[in-house]
Amino acid sequence: MAITRDEVLHVARLARLELTDDEVERFTGQLSAILEAVAKVSELDLSDVEPTAHPLDLVNVWAEDEPRPSIPVEDALANAPDREAGFFKAPPA
Amino acid sequence: MNWEPVIGLEIHIHLKTRTKMFCRCEVAYSEPENTRTCPVCLAHPGSLPVPNAKAVEWTIKLGLALGCRIAERAVFHRKNYFYPDNPKGYQISQYDEPLCVDGRLVVPGPDGEPEVGIVRAHLEEDAAKNVHTGSAQGRIAGASATLVDFNRAGTPLVEIVTRPDLRSADDARRFLQLLRQTVVELGISDAEMEKGSLRFDVNVSIRPQGSDELRTRTELKNLNSFAFAAKAIQREVERQTGIYEAGGEVEQETLHFEPGTESAPPLRSKEEAQDYRYFPEPDLVPLQPPAELVERVRAELPELPGARILRLAADLDPDTATDLVTSGRDALFERVPGDRRAVANVLMNQFAAAGVDAAAVDPEELGKLIEARSRIPRERLIEALAASGTPGFSADDYLGDGLMADTSELEPIVDRILEANSGQVEAYRGGKEGLLGFFVGQVMRETRGKADPKVVNELLREKLSA
Amino acid sequence: MIDTLRLTAEEAMGLIERGEASAAELHAAYLDAIRDRDGELHAYLRTVDEADGGGVPIAFKDVISSRGVETTAGSKVLQGYVPVFDSTVAARCREAGLPLIGKTNMDEFAMGSSTENSAYGPTRNPWDPERVPGGSSGGSAAAVAAGLAPWALGTDTGGSVKQPASLCGIVGLRPTYGTVSRYGIVAFASSLDQVGPMTKTVRDNALLYRIIAGRDPCDTTTVELPQPVELPEREDLKGIRVGVPKELNEAEGIEPGVKEAADRTIELCRELGAEVGETTLPRSVEYGLACYYLVAPAEASSNLSRYDGVRYGLRVEGESGVRSMYERTRDAGFGDEPKRRIMLGAYALSAGYYDAYYGQAQKVRTVIAQEHAAAFRSFDVLVSPTSPTVAFRLGEKAENPLAMYLSDVLTIPSNMAGLPGLSIPCGLSEDLPVGFQLIGPQFSENTLFHVGHALERAIGFDVVPGRLQ
Repeated sequence: MAITRDEVLHVARLARLELTDDEVERFTGQLSAILEAVAKVSELDLSDVEPTAHPLDLVNVWAEDEPRPSIPVEDALANAPDREAGFFKAPPA
Repeated sequence: MNWEPVIGLEIHIHLKTRTKMFCRCEVAYSEPENTRTCPVCLAHPGSLPVPNAKAVEWTIKLGLALGCRIAERAVFHRKNYFYPDNPKGYQISQYDEPLCVDGRLVVPGPDGEPEVGIVRAHLEEDAAKNVHTGSAQGRIAGASATLVDFNRAGTPLVEIVTRPDLRSADDARRFLQLLRQTVVELGISDAEMEKGSLRFDVNVSIRPQGSDELRTRTELKNLNSFAFAAKAIQREVERQTGIYEAGGEVEQETLHFEPGTESAPPLRSKEEAQDYRYFPEPDLVPLQPPAELVERVRAELPELPGARILRLAADLDPDTATDLVTSGRDALFERVPGDRRAVANVLMNQFAAAGVDAAAVDPEELGKLIEARSRIPRERLIEALAASGTPGFSADDYLGDGLMADTSELEPIVDRILEANSGQVEAYRGGKEGLLGFFVGQVMRETRGKADPKVVNELLREKLSA
Repeated sequence: MIDTLRLTAEEAMGLIERGEASAAELHAAYLDAIRDRDGELHAYLRTVDEADGGGVPIAFKDVISSRGVETTAGSKVLQGYVPVFDSTVAARCREAGLPLIGKTNMDEFAMGSSTENSAYGPTRNPWDPERVPGGSSGGSAAAVAAGLAPWALGTDTGGSVKQPASLCGIVGLRPTYGTVSRYGIVAFASSLDQVGPMTKTVRDNALLYRIIAGRDPCDTTTVELPQPVELPEREDLKGIRVGVPKELNEAEGIEPGVKEAADRTIELCRELGAEVGETTLPRSVEYGLACYYLVAPAEASSNLSRYDGVRYGLRVEGESGVRSMYERTRDAGFGDEPKRRIMLGAYALSAGYYDAYYGQAQKVRTVIAQEHAAAFRSFDVLVSPTSPTVAFRLGEKAENPLAMYLSDVLTIPSNMAGLPGLSIPCGLSEDLPVGFQLIGPQFSENTLFHVGHALERAIGFDVVPGRLQ
């Protein structure tokens, strides 16, 4: 197996996905097959090759420190699943 | 066995740019919640970061002030983790290609001038503010929630990491003071712990004196003042010493301090090593600071506090030199003529207590005053210092021989004061005896501190009880 | 009565200019056509009743934010999410006066090649409703092909504009990376995503590209076009050097009917005056898929972390504590394909694996870019079929992720290098459209439009599906 059940549980945890047992089983098989296929990249000896940082050779793109209007608080909260006054509300951290 | 502490610091400084690091929302200080936000700092789907040019420039400025090499090429990385104050689920930070590396800060102290290595200084964005609350509206007691305010999310932060070169709690405190002073004088941050614009964590371990091993360290987090940090570090050093001397092993732990719980032992936790899955930020292109920019910033650096302390320490002890610089009185010190130690002493003590603006003082006159200070009464010196910031101040007015004790000279002055303050006279006679001090002060002011307080007191009592 | 089946955007523009139809009338005609035909096809997720603008109406893939219009990215995790801001491409279309017809269906978070991964049900191919329209921009492709929109915007990461264009018999451009803003586009893979026009003709495509392209200060990965977009006029290919990379044209899995149609089109290039020669991309095709399926999921795993139920979208309460809410929300909100890719991506980035997986894949990318650059020293455009197959049946590959991934084997390599690609319909195989892919160097869209237009004229492909005529 290119990836074990435990490793699947680990990455699911890292990604905050609560998988059912059925999902874990199914995904372990599928991810294994995919990983085996993508591991193909390691066939190449690329020790002298630079990784591609960006498709274009751009550097130093930034903006002046000039303010632009923020959005109204009602817009900020417009899609909030839960709120309290002007705050976003979430279960305790 | 002699043990030596091995202390390193990780400091976060909030840059006081007008706008956030990756969007142009105005940085908020105390605005109503979620009124300084936009799709970018709220991490709405499809939003993209745009770096703040000033923040980059100021990070370079700080790096140069700390003797760092400015990277030819620097890259932003994503640091991935989940938390309600982290809206993208990743923080844009820097990883193995930071903007500034390999610096040093010389921190003068009683044991010489230890050089503290700066491993790196990099640029990143701050998280939002979580408010953990009990539930409102009379719901079940014990229920709670996290309320999140994104005003702070995206504020530019510089993270500075030192080498573990600090060898005592006091060293650490001095380092922090000097760093803070430097940052404030560069004009890039207010660096105030109470406002949250300076935060730091400390790594502490110990080792046998003379060895160069690095043993297990503990991390102290959320310390809220330099003084408290020094105490906490000292306690931790002692704790670790006790463990090793009893033949035990120090465990890797994080100690969480809470504001207001200085006397309580900290909460200990073993933080799981987090896998942040750093990778270069694909939404941002690399930084290649142009040489002209770096050189211009370097040329514009003022004489930094560290250098000034070193200069002053040629004539003074390091603590006094440091105090003068960190209190902002060193510029005045350099202009006031006279014995260095005497001038420093007065500036840091009586002058400081007088609360006078150093910039308003005529240094020559102050120098005269200080030189003569042992020849005049204490109250007169205090009077004089208090007046030293007023335009036209002349030391001579307060010098000269003896006290004015002649009642014939003092009586008219006392009468004048009483006449001019009939309201207070009535109040005094009505029972407010504390007002005597007020009248004494008025006379002293009239006579520029030269009146003999005993005589003044007697005269006043006589006239007031009449 | 406006015949939306056949109407091109350029023709619609003419109608408006000559006062023969108003934008509102056109808009209404498309809504009528949608009522008529979209029940079967399900190209649209929602329509917009009011025609806001005086120009040619347009459809957007539901990954493109339009202020005030629900945008789901084909996922339950964004059900009900209404953006409070316009994407830059939406703003540019709005400035050009193009009224929005509606938001089209897509594979969830643009992950897929058939639109079967939509959380809202699949879209059907107008040429054969038992077959997929391709993906992930299947809704936009089907809408244009079925006359439910004169033109549309899709997005392309691994081929998600080119491949559905191919399967639906229309024209699709994947622009040079960095020429169209991603601001407001729900992100899948940041270093690969590009918005692309999907149209009935190559000229329409150039017209739409001209409206949306150009540097955006809100997206620091964009650049100005070095030259203005030209509307193609020439119908010959004299002076054009056409390269035929053998690895792209002989890849495993290319159906005979597809190969035949592509080969005929290559011959047509010669007839139109092009110099045609064979070339090679030694490792780009062999390693392209593996490279893509490391880079894209890695970036996606991070881009999708913001869907946590705190500020917008779906929230499913957990037992106690925010972590449980995250886990339940994300498990309920994401379909299988996003989950697979998130986990794959997290794995490829995780401590100990980064160098071998993500790090190595970014190096393979450099190799792919170098191989294409080498080929472009001798050729102006490289050609191949767009998709190895014609439209396959619904359900045929849905259970087999790897089989589905192979649909992109021909579109992926040039994407990894940030290069533009235009797909034009070049014929039929088994009565289903075959797409022909034109790949150019960076910023060569004008060349692609020229070649595409000349071929389009010569081929005379009828973009209206037989069964709808």
